[in-house]
Amino acid sequence: MSEIVPPEVRPKPAVPAKPSHVALPSRSALLGYIGIDTIIEQMRKKTMKTGFDFNIMVVGQSGLGKSTLVNTLFKSQVSRRSTGWSRDEKIPKTVEIKSVSHVIEEGGVKMKLTVIDTPGFGDQINNENCWEPISKYINEQYEKFLKEEVNIARKKRIPDTRVHCCLYFISPTGHTLRQLDTEFMKHLSRVVNIIPIIAKSDTLTLDEKTEFKQRVRKELEACGIECYPQKEFDEDMEDKSDNDKIREAMPFAVVGSDKEYQANGKRILGRKTAWGVVEVENPNHCEFSLLRDFMIRSHLQDLKEVTHNIHYETYRAKRLNDNGGLHPISSGQDTQESNLTFCMDTPCLCE
Amino acid sequence: CNRNDKQYVGFATLPNQVHRKSVKKGFDFTLMVAGESGLGKSTLVNSLFLTDLYKDRKLLNAEERINQTVEITKHTVDIEEKGVKLKLTIVDTPGFGDAVNNNECWKPITDYIDQQFEQYFRDESGLNRKNILDNRVHCCLYFIPPFGHGLRPVDVEFMKALHEKVNIVPLISKADCLTPNEVKKLKDRVRDEIEHFGIKVYQFPECDSDEEEEFKQMDKELKECTPFAVIGSNTVVEARGQRVRGRLYPWGIVEVENQSHCDFVKLRNMLIRSHMHDLKDVTCDVHYENYRAHCIQEMTSKLAQDNRTDSPLPILPLPTPDVETERLIKMKDEEVQNNHH
Repeated sequence: MSEIVPPEVRPKPAVPAKPSHVALPSRSALLGYIGIDTIIEQMRKKTMKTGFDFNIMVVGQSGLGKSTLVNTLFKSQVSRRSTGWSRDEKIPKTVEIKSVSHVIEEGGVKMKLTVIDTPGFGDQINNENCWEPISKYINEQYEKFLKEEVNIARKKRIPDTRVHCCLYFISPTGHTLRQLDTEFMKHLSRVVNIIPIIAKSDTLTLDEKTEFKQRVRKELEACGIECYPQKEFDEDMEDKSDNDKIREAMPFAVVGSDKEYQANGKRILGRKTAWGVVEVENPNHCEFSLLRDFMIRSHLQDLKEVTHNIHYETYRAKRLNDNGGLHPISSGQDTQESNLTFCMDTPCLCE
Repeated sequence: CNRNDKQYVGFATLPNQVHRKSVKKGFDFTLMVAGESGLGKSTLVNSLFLTDLYKDRKLLNAEERINQTVEITKHTVDIEEKGVKLKLTIVDTPGFGDAVNNNECWKPITDYIDQQFEQYFRDESGLNRKNILDNRVHCCLYFIPPFGHGLRPVDVEFMKALHEKVNIVPLISKADCLTPNEVKKLKDRVRDEIEHFGIKVYQFPECDSDEEEEFKQMDKELKECTPFAVIGSNTVVEARGQRVRGRLYPWGIVEVENQSHCDFVKLRNMLIRSHMHDLKDVTCDVHYENYRAHCIQEMTSKLAQDNRTDSPLPILPLPTPDVETERLIKMKDEEVQNNHH
């Protein structure tokens, strides 16, 4: 029976853990112990040194709380609207792709988090094909990675700008999915990991929430849309049972907030109304904690792996079959153009 | 910047998530042993991995060995310890250096290593990359006999033929026939000769500045101790009231795992407990990348020669030619080359 190292779920004070050195076991233990399990520690040291990348895209109409939610998820001002948010900002005429990167650190682990916003999605009068710029952006990142991979002199660690996770914000109408929602997800669920969430869910009562979720799930199934975690990629029974539980709870009904209030003697993140305080991290109030635990504390690495092993490989196979070949590039050539605007803010904008 | 408890997001669990997957998948490691027969290679491998890989081995006598060429044999064993699974492959090179005329006796070995690179290159460039088998050689233990006065010509030539294809870890074998002074002299001599001949053996990576002192000290001792002088044993003897792996002589008992007797423990710690991952990384990032770059450039220049530069180079996916076609292509190539000169 193999021992699986369980993922940490309980919050711990984030004192950076000292990396343990390779200790020589006592004399008596040497007889039967080879030491193969130490390779885990060797790997851990190496990965902690190199750090992690994570790229998350948020898609949904303006006003659904996308930026606030991302800030709440990562407990810092990491979204596009972190610097100088003006509510009078005009809705763009076409869908734009805006990407912002930050380096955040926790427990000795450094993560370069990139949040890709898609202002203008679903906001026009005629929203036909508004997913195209998004699809184009995602494929461009795959192309960038592929070009690096095919290079003669490859970088040791190819910079990963591929979208690992796409949070799709569903409007809390309480009825069903809108046509825009199903169209978007139909086009993109085979290209990127989509996690649908019900935004601003504090307008739904518990019963309304349950019914809405059921209807959404039924509709996704009817349209043949497979969101993350996809059933076909469950590796073993353990994965399947873990993921089944998650699939049954999706889409998560969330509330985001970057304001703190006093409740039950604690400072909590929430939204204060005349009838009470909505506590973001209270599982009785909304499913934010479920989303966060699922996305960050247990499936973060899996999101990246499914992107790399499945979505990227699908793209690559298609490319190889289409052109019958690729040029090996000998030195940095320019990548294709796309309407993306990078704005690298100063790292770690914590409060 | 430091975060307090309230602001705990939870991605500090990322290393755990990564490792959980690795533990599930298991690891693999390919180790090559090279050196003349009778230098204790098999015994050392058995001692390192606490196995008995060579149970049914039949040793050839001198006459039988006259016509033997250098072979490449592979033994694979699955080892599990504390939930971690390792698929260990030992690549042995019987016949190396045993003939009267040992000219280029390392060629089958370099060919083997290249073949594994080529196989990986094809797989990596192919369409279905789901379960690529990694047969690349991650480390080559080279056994230097303790009887001489340093490196012999065959040792130098072998290491020079391989140092840019695989991580070479030179060892002084059967070190129980040397006194401590002799060991020291031999090590110094071998180290000097390695430098003199420009042989690039595997280098331990530098320690991080923020490592603990104890670790840094261990690392320093490791580096100063190379090449390791090792002894192996398949038998367990009683020494100082304990059962240990060792060799029983009339004048005393040599304990394999006694650090004052030999460097076996240092070798094992380095190979398995501290540098296994790095050996694999260097193989992937340096040796394999060199091979790949060289391969692509050769293909590029070949096509340029044939004046087919206008069409896009069909680098991917590489077709897998059958052996016969390959041979014919090679023959034709050589013909063309010979005709040019």
